[in-house]
Amino acid sequence: MNEEVRLMKGNEAIAHAAIRYGVDGYFGYPITPQSEILETLEAEMPWETTGMVVLQAESEVSSINMVYGGASTGAAVMTSSSSPGVSLMQEGISYIAAAELPALIVNVMRGGPGLGTIHPSQSDYFQATKGGGHGDYHLIVLAPATVQEMADFVGLGFDLAFKYRTPAMILADGIVGQMMEKVVLPPARPRRTPEQIAKQCPWAAAGKHKRQHRNVVTSLELDSAIMEKNNERFQRTYAEIERNEVRYETYFTDDCDYLMVAFGSVARICLKSIEEARKRGVKIGLVRPVTLWPFPYDAISQIAEHVKGILVVELNAGQMIEDVRLAVSHDLPVYHFGRMGGIVPNPLEVLNAFTQKFNL
Amino acid sequence: MTQEIIIAGFGGQGVLSMGKILAYAALMDDKEVTWMPSYGPEQRGGTANVTVILSDNSISSPVLDTYDIAVILNQQSLDKFESHIKPGGLLIYDPSGIHHRPTRDDISIIEVDAMTATIEMGNPKGYNMILLGALIEARPMVGIEAVLRGLKKALPERHHHLIPANEQALRRGMELVKQA
Repeated sequence: MNEEVRLMKGNEAIAHAAIRYGVDGYFGYPITPQSEILETLEAEMPWETTGMVVLQAESEVSSINMVYGGASTGAAVMTSSSSPGVSLMQEGISYIAAAELPALIVNVMRGGPGLGTIHPSQSDYFQATKGGGHGDYHLIVLAPATVQEMADFVGLGFDLAFKYRTPAMILADGIVGQMMEKVVLPPARPRRTPEQIAKQCPWAAAGKHKRQHRNVVTSLELDSAIMEKNNERFQRTYAEIERNEVRYETYFTDDCDYLMVAFGSVARICLKSIEEARKRGVKIGLVRPVTLWPFPYDAISQIAEHVKGILVVELNAGQMIEDVRLAVSHDLPVYHFGRMGGIVPNPLEVLNAFTQKFNL
Repeated sequence: MTQEIIIAGFGGQGVLSMGKILAYAALMDDKEVTWMPSYGPEQRGGTANVTVILSDNSISSPVLDTYDIAVILNQQSLDKFESHIKPGGLLIYDPSGIHHRPTRDDISIIEVDAMTATIEMGNPKGYNMILLGALIEARPMVGIEAVLRGLKKALPERHHHLIPANEQALRRGMELVKQA
């Protein structure tokens, strides 16, 4: 057995990956189904090894504003929560986006709206991809489907956040947070030194040193002419992200007559129904968007050219389906199948929904 | 080869940890594995279940509609999962929690009186390991060596002194199936 292969929950993988990436600080407040992230960090005590700060704040509002403060200094900082907690963070997320700061926010979604249930959901798709807070901003949104991706997207999320100076989000669901499977953790590396941070983040408010000017980090700009210029700069960044960072996976799309589109662990449920459908001679393909923003419009658009219809499967009432419809320019049936409130459909249920929608 | 397994019973019977040790055993044998619990307030009573999938290939859905094997520890779980066992599949159940016995005739059914065995052994915490022993005897998907190595990996070091008692329980479960 390869000693590097471990068995752990998705939530635990995020915590371990954060320590190994050299994250400077985690600030969070416990909530099911993601409490193992904070618990694992507390158990690992990285402040004794890498010097990473792990702090249980008094609320999600405090957590996100601690992230705002930490990010302002060029530190690699993160928080995690589940749906109701992430709602509380939206003001802070908008400020972080407006201040052009890198940060990582993890949302392990549970059934809503309101305090809802503790069981898996994907009903925060709109909130994550369309801007849950106020103003014209975007998060880079990564949707993991495996425990391995839970680990890998910590590093990817931070790399993208620092590259584009914009916050990134891991949008997971209770299934991939709670399930255990095999994972190879990324190699451990030390945290950046203050010199390395100063070099990587010349904008950081980490001391004036020998510079002529002070670095000021703020989201406030009372001169509208300047604020419009700021917005134009944000939009140029978003356009660049849309050009460079679309990620998705396709399965069985070369010969498919129909297409399913699903993200996160639901894509895996769909894959099993597709395997069963193929035994019955029905050729279905699958697109799994890995980045929910930027969304893989072009990939879906191209595959849509040669299929008879699309079924979008989500743990919600129909959210990503709006982006799938935007990707389809011709007259093609695009249907939705979803369960809500924490109920997860099994592969047979998905297949039955598919055959029913397309009268097969 | 893929084995799709549901283990279901009351919270506190060791359902999740039985699944976890099976998953670790699969890890030791270099198999692909997923362990998907029903999570939530079940750990304070009510029914708990865990889906464990072992495979030589990559695993798609961690959520299933039918199972190759069901290990059932109470009536509610039998009512819920008996009809979801694939034809030709296997049902292992402990009769102590069952009032209405299983009725399927297109599956293999093994009754394992783990409750009586665990009382006889004076090792109530070994209950789930008796059932795990029964499972790996009935369907040798992983060897007992892998389970013991999995136990060592799954348990924190301060609990390693309990491994011999767990091994005893595993072997008792294997014996029960051999006699059945």
